[in-house]
Order: sequence, then C-alpha cells, then structure tokens
Amino acid sequence: MAKDLLVARGLVVAYGRPAGQYTRRRASPVVLHGVDICVGKGETVGIVGESGSGKTTLGRALLGLVRPTAGSVVFDGSDITALDEQARRPLRRRMQMIFQEPMSSLNPRHTIGRILIEPILLHGLASDRAAARALVHGVLDRVGLPRDTVNRYSFELSGGQRQRVGIARAVVLRPDFVLADEIVSGLDVSTQAQVLRLLKQLTGEMHLALAFISHDLSVIRSICQRVVVMREGRVVEEGPCERVFAAPLSAYTRMLIDAIPLPTVDPGWLTRGAAAEVAATA
Amino acid sequence: MSGSRLAVEALSAISLRDGNRPILRRVSLAVDTGEVHGLVGESGAGKSTIARAILGIIPSQVKITGGRIGFEGRDLLTLSPKELRAVLGRDIALVPQDPSTALNPARRIDALMTDGLRLKRGLSMKDARLRAHALLDEVQIRDPERVLGSYPHQLSGGMRQRVLIAAAFGLEPKLVIADEPTTALDVTVQKQILRLIRALQERHGTSVLFVSHDLGAVAKICDRLTVLYMGKVMEQGATAEVLAAPRHPYTRALLAANPRYDRPDTGLEPTPPEVIAALRAEIAAFDVSSEAPPDG
Repeated sequence: MAKDLLVARGLVVAYGRPAGQYTRRRASPVVLHGVDICVGKGETVGIVGESGSGKTTLGRALLGLVRPTAGSVVFDGSDITALDEQARRPLRRRMQMIFQEPMSSLNPRHTIGRILIEPILLHGLASDRAAARALVHGVLDRVGLPRDTVNRYSFELSGGQRQRVGIARAVVLRPDFVLADEIVSGLDVSTQAQVLRLLKQLTGEMHLALAFISHDLSVIRSICQRVVVMREGRVVEEGPCERVFAAPLSAYTRMLIDAIPLPTVDPGWLTRGAAAEVAATA
Repeated sequence: MSGSRLAVEALSAISLRDGNRPILRRVSLAVDTGEVHGLVGESGAGKSTIARAILGIIPSQVKITGGRIGFEGRDLLTLSPKELRAVLGRDIALVPQDPSTALNPARRIDALMTDGLRLKRGLSMKDARLRAHALLDEVQIRDPERVLGSYPHQLSGGMRQRVLIAAAFGLEPKLVIADEPTTALDVTVQKQILRLIRALQERHGTSVLFVSHDLGAVAKICDRLTVLYMGKVMEQGATAEVLAAPRHPYTRALLAANPRYDRPDTGLEPTPPEVIAALRAEIAAFDVSSEAPPDG
C-alpha cells in the first residue's frame, strides 16, 4: 500500500456569508458533510458524482482554494488546513491543478511560452530564462506539442492542444499531487483518448498522485486505481476500481454504473432499473 | 423507399466564411416511419448543419450547394418561409441540446407550452392548458400544476428537458429532431430521458432523428445510424450490425477511443495515423471528383 500523501478528515464546507450590517444571516448551504478521503503517493484516485454532489468543492478544499468550515487536510505529514496564503505558497508547486476549461484558465493575452515559463521562474526551478525555456521545450515534447507552441496564444489552439498545455503547465513544476477537474468533458472521444492516455503515462512515469474528478465512470475506470463515489456532499462508497465496478456495495453506485450507456445493443437496458431510480429519487 | 418519412439526398453545403470549405459532402440518409435514426459524429462532422438544414435555420455563413430534403413528398429546401412555418412545429418538432437556453426565461412553462398547442393545433387557451397538463403527466412530471406555474430557472435541467420533450411530442409531429438532448445531463437523468424519448416515440409512432456524439446513447435508443466525418457519410446501417461489425475504419476508431468501464484494458486507443491519412485521402479524392466538370 502506497504511503499517504494527502489525507482529508471530516471535511465540512458551507458556502455563504455571515450576517452583515444589511443582511440577515441565512442558513448557509452545506456542500460537504464531513468527507474523508486519502490519496497515496503516486496513486490515482477518481472522484465521481453527479452535479451537486460536491466533487468540485472537495477538490478545491483539498488544494486550499476553499476554506473548510470543519475538518483537516494533511499534505505529506503536515496539516495545511489553516495555512494562510503566504505559508501555502511553497506548497503550490507540489500541488497542481488542471482545469476543466482550458480556454478560461489560460490567459488569452499571454503566449503559451509565457504561461509555462512564469511559474518555473516563480518557483525557482530554473536559474535563468534560458534554463526555463529548456524545461518548457522538454515538457512540450513530452505532452506531444510542437516547440513553436510557445509563440502561440491559447485561442489559436484546438481544445485538445489547450488541454495538453494545461497538463504541461501542471507537470513542468514536478508536483507530487495533481487535481484534475473534469478535464476531458468538452472533448471529442478521439481527443479525449489522447489526453487521458497522456495523463496516465505521466502519472506512472513521474510517480504522480492524481485526484481525477469526473462525472464519467468509464473514464475513471480507464485511468484510476481507486474510486470515491460522492452524493449530496457525502462519500457513499470508495474502494479499488476493480472491486467497486465488479461488486458495488452501495445501491447508488450500482445505479450510476447501470446508467452508463455502453456502445452495445442491449434491448432491456432502457427499462431496466426504472423502479429503482424512482425509489432513489423519491 | 416508401417507408421513408424524411429523405435527405446528396445534401452538400459550404462555409462561405472559411474559403468555401465543404461542410457537407453529398450526405444521404433516410429516417423511416416510426424509426429512431442516430446521426453520429465528432465536432465539426456536420451533424448540426444537417439538423438545421431540415429546420430551415441554416446560419448565414453556410450555403447549401446541392441536394434535397424530402419530407411528405416535398423538398423542404424549396419551401417559402411561410410554407416552412406551417410544417415546423406541426409536422417537425425539435428537442434542443441545452434545456437551459432553449426556454424563454421571462415566461412561465404554461405560456411556453400552450403557444404551440394554440398556434399549431388550434386549441383554445383552456383546452391547451388541459392538454399541457396531460402532456407533463405523460413525461412523468409528478406535479404538473406546479411546473406549469414555474419559470424555467425554477426547474432542474432534467425537468426542463422533460418539458421540452413534452412540448415537442405534444404537437404530435411526424418527425422529431433531437439535437444532443442529453449532453448537458447527469447519467442517471440521461437514462430517464432516453427511456422517455423511446417510449413516446413508440407510443405515437413518431420518427426521430437523434443527433449525438455519443455512440453509447445511440446504441441504446437508435434502430439505425449514420456515422459522419467531415461532412461525409462514413457508414450507415442497423445499429446492432454497425456496432457488432463496423465496416469503416473510422467507426472502428471511434469505438476504440471510447473508454468502457466493462473493459478497462481497452478503449483510449488513439486513431492510428494510417487511418487518419486514409480518411484525409478519402475526403480529398471525393472533393476532387465532385469538383470535376460534368463533361471533363
């Protein structure tokens, strides 16, 4: 069993504002109700759930982008729950994120070269621009983008290329942990296959721990070792993919798996489980 | 074929904005009476252009350069806007992709649903409202009165899509164009919506053109399918046959790229370079042959 890298215990997140001068305090909606999750060193963990399940909030709380109301996040042995921005900065290199929308997460006014070089210099991974540029060339080769991509802007690239830039930007810092939030949901299947394949290879080569948030269980099965199933802010099931997919313990997991349309003809599929769904949503 | 409800024949289109680039290359497909026909392809394949051409809402930068769209013995492409308006809604209805933008946010569901029933079916306001109530019942909305009195933003995505399906099928059209109707929905909701479309279609004998990028959804709901790539038909046939034994390398590549939870060691196959090269060559050869003057 891999050593734990990131361990969250009892995470509670509630959004909303406390009462102000002109506002009455409203009951803030609780998005996470005490979530435990752990990601081992070099382990790939899928976080699956439907909209509103809290999977994105969980990811953001792990990275400290959302402050939990209760609970703790421990990264590589040290508690990072209450760290302020200043104290968190050295950790940022080690905990990276790949975003859902590469179009809105890459600054349209910066060249790809600038987007990749700046964090390298900021974190002191290269002594000068020339050395940083060499790192950028290396990572572009690795993610399968031509080196002259450095002179282009994000809007000149295709969706798949932009997502490769997103991956390059995260892994060039040699992080220990990467959070990927729905990074292939907008891509065509053939592009999705390439991006997922790349990510799978990189996590293996770099011994990178990955939390992979997705609504798509087939995608999770294809690249993750373990899966965490979320529903309405709680973990309903977790375990190795092999076991969860073969014999889910929770009826909700079973329903999620059964709802995936496989590209095979199965005349009974449409009507199967109709009663269970009605019962589950009632 | 006499059973064809909709017959798209050799439909060609170019993009005026993009150097007259072809976007549809002599596409032919027939949707039979009472059939759900899948139109599958990746982005840019031209599936939406075909749907829009049928509905007469081709954007200004796209020009139809040839072919016809046969429906009830007429060519939809030759109809005047007035004639087309008489067909749309009444005989051909649309279930749009994004249920959140397809409904006017300033109008309540009852107003949105009764419009079509009054204008296309000639019902009185009172009868239209009763009918709308019954239609929402039919799409398994538990509290139709509450939904009728709601604004779109007060409903979930799945509920909105049910309302749109009820509105489309409620006009008892002969053909429903479903343009990626489940892409914005969660899987469990998607399954319910697919089930609903199939059930309504069977009950009313409606023909459905089901536009999708998802071979999985198509496999579960379509009788036959057409696979499109760069505006050209790659493969056509009964869903069971195409999926069990795809003949075109592109169809095989699409299936191989699809991750499957039941086969974790397959899927995620990148399209082999020789397949991409062969596809490009096929498209280029087609363009050359269709540009050649008839007698030269």
